[in-house]
Amino acid sequence: MSQHDPVVGADRTTDPDPAGEGPERVATTQAFEEVFGPARDSEPELVQLLTPEGERQHHPLFDQDFDADTLRGFYRDMVLVRRLDTEATALQRHGELGLWAQLLGQEAAQIGAGRALRAQDHVFPTYREHGVAWCKGVDPLRLLAIFRGVDQGAWDPEAHHFGLYTIVIGAQTLHAVGYGMGMQRDGVVGTGDPDRDAAVIAHFGDGASSQGDVNEAFIFAASYNAPVVFFCQNNQWAISEPIERQSRIPLYQRANGFGFPGVRVDGNDVLATYAVTRAALQRAREGQGPTFVEAYTYRMGAHTTTDDPTRYRLNDDVERWKLRDPIKRLEVYLRRNGLVDDAWLADLTAEADEFGRTLREGCKSMPDPAPASMFDHVYAEETDELRAEREGFAAYHASFEAGVS
Amino acid sequence: MSAPAIEPVAPAAERTTERVTLAKALNAGLRRAMEDDDTVLVMGEDVGKLGGVFRITDGLQKDFGEDRVIDSPLAESGIVGTAVGLALRGYRPVVEIQFDGFVYPAYDQIVCQVAKMRYRSGGNLRMPMVIRIPYGGGIGAVEHHSESPEAQFAHTPGLKVVTCSNPVDGYWMLQQAIASDDPVIFLEPKRQYHADKVDLDVTATPDQLFASRVVRAGTDATLVAYGPQVKVAMAAAEAAANEGRSLEVIDLRTLSPLDLGPVFDSVRRTGRAVVTHEAHVNLGMGAEVAARISEECFYSLEAPVLRVGGYDTPYPASRIEEEFLPDLDRVLDAVDRSCAF
Ligand SMILES: Cc1ncc(C[n+]2csc(CCOP(=O)(O)OP(=O)(O)O)c2C)c(N)n1
Repeated sequence: MSQHDPVVGADRTTDPDPAGEGPERVATTQAFEEVFGPARDSEPELVQLLTPEGERQHHPLFDQDFDADTLRGFYRDMVLVRRLDTEATALQRHGELGLWAQLLGQEAAQIGAGRALRAQDHVFPTYREHGVAWCKGVDPLRLLAIFRGVDQGAWDPEAHHFGLYTIVIGAQTLHAVGYGMGMQRDGVVGTGDPDRDAAVIAHFGDGASSQGDVNEAFIFAASYNAPVVFFCQNNQWAISEPIERQSRIPLYQRANGFGFPGVRVDGNDVLATYAVTRAALQRAREGQGPTFVEAYTYRMGAHTTTDDPTRYRLNDDVERWKLRDPIKRLEVYLRRNGLVDDAWLADLTAEADEFGRTLREGCKSMPDPAPASMFDHVYAEETDELRAEREGFAAYHASFEAGVS
Repeated sequence: MSAPAIEPVAPAAERTTERVTLAKALNAGLRRAMEDDDTVLVMGEDVGKLGGVFRITDGLQKDFGEDRVIDSPLAESGIVGTAVGLALRGYRPVVEIQFDGFVYPAYDQIVCQVAKMRYRSGGNLRMPMVIRIPYGGGIGAVEHHSESPEAQFAHTPGLKVVTCSNPVDGYWMLQQAIASDDPVIFLEPKRQYHADKVDLDVTATPDQLFASRVVRAGTDATLVAYGPQVKVAMAAAEAAANEGRSLEVIDLRTLSPLDLGPVFDSVRRTGRAVVTHEAHVNLGMGAEVAARISEECFYSLEAPVLRVGGYDTPYPASRIEEEFLPDLDRVLDAVDRSCAF
């Protein structure tokens, strides 16, 4: 690289050792890292309650008992949202969806977090939270409608306590904090009444953690002690960019710098994501403020159906992560402990097949919106200008029909 | 209007013409700018290994290295803000914003810092930066992937705003924008990226960067378009010709500064003008063009200047975007109305 003329005047340093080559300078650098912590990623500890081999682990803080129904429920949820994902991917391939954001590999992170929510807790999702939407009772066809281009998220967020999908990455984390501040004002935080106390969870990705909005959300949440759980699915990739491009330290450690706790959980372990999220939500509901949960997982699919991960990702990694499949490990555990049998699993497969059929048919029979509907809902109080434009649009269309007849 | 001319490099005897898409032409333009000037840097999300989500930067990191083709953290304010610093240090950053709707996190940096640095410093600082934005609709995408934010930037003094409508312009205009000492918002019509192939002669002498151009001569009315609408306007002119009406088409190419000389000349001859763009009509580029035509050509006008554009709604769900986007019929309808005056 050539020399460049700095635009402003020459450097006016007075440092006698400007290059920093003296021995004392080296020592200082080392001391900094010793005193103030690591400058590089270190392999952090994961909260894990179920190993990839399906063995139950115990954790001093987050352990809990799970009854058989709960465990089978987790399994069913994960199987069905994976089916939603594969059907949607296939529908995109058949031209029925313009795009699909896959969740393959992230089922445990989403179902664990989703099932940890109480009815009154409110979710602020990204564009990939299909499993959380499932837990909150949002009709999966409403998700498909967005990717089909029929609407932009036409469910009632207040009825489901599940916000609209947010595509501008990280923007929703600030909304979550504000919503939590509203809950504080409404007196539904820290009242001691478990049916009343509520919290907010904000989902985002490792890439989004670089956005200014997310960092500002951390600051607001800390400053107002907002009842928010920041739930980051670190799936290692932001389209083509690896996590190393976003952070030098494990993401959960960032929380510390903002003044609230961060914890890293095995995102492929539904038991652990459930237990950790539940504890974090409880803190929030009790008025103890925000928590950062980093669900350490892996995006086994592509970023979206338009992405080509072979250009940047190693196949070996994918193969390695397949061995940590969130569904497989729970299945092993359930079978080994006699909690499910072949008949139960066959029933679930049949249910998933039927679910797939419903999705396919529901998606294909979704009508296009009426063209003039684009003028709806721009304002609460429609303007004369827009009304005139809508009428002009109708007249223009009518002129064609008149021409045809 | 003093963009430095790009000197042809290859001897004319060599075969220098290639059939390329807009995507390929932009890639070639970037490559040549990087070869010619090693202070040129490319920055953005996924621009490295992936070559950008539209592959405009394909292969550049492999050839120029990670120091010059920089995969950035996912933060648009960060991307543009650090590009400001690099520009202050004498580099020429070419920043890629992944999609039109994602430029807004960087809006503050662009309008408050990029646009004003020279003015603020009394001319002591330069801001030679290009912000590339794939823009416009018609690709069946979800929200924030189809917008046309040009007026937001053209309304900001200190920024220059240009848009190409074809591969040849893409190739030259991008290099000229990079060579410019002013910050340039470079809008790329994304639905044209892979649409048509045309002959690109890399030894040709290009037009001025900040100049509009008559792309089809005609006598009955003037169509003013830019970016993705140029193709629509050309198709409309073709259809009108079949019905015996002759339309002149002008590709603005530069939105700030606006080069309206050729438009005024044309309107003085045709007496009628229709301006078309994908962006919302209200307070859009068409409003400015119409006002200026009215001021300059009042006595030549046979009809008011008409505008055709996106409706004043947010960009709708993709299943009805074709209704939102001005098409050939809507342009011809406006021409009919103009001629009926
Ligand atoms: C502000 C903004 N910039 C760029 C994009 C384009 N984009 C969509 S998803 C994505 C990667 C996000 O990665 P991450 O936050 O890790 O979440 P993941 O998709 O991996 O779940 C990018 C760059 C966007 N949606 N919003």
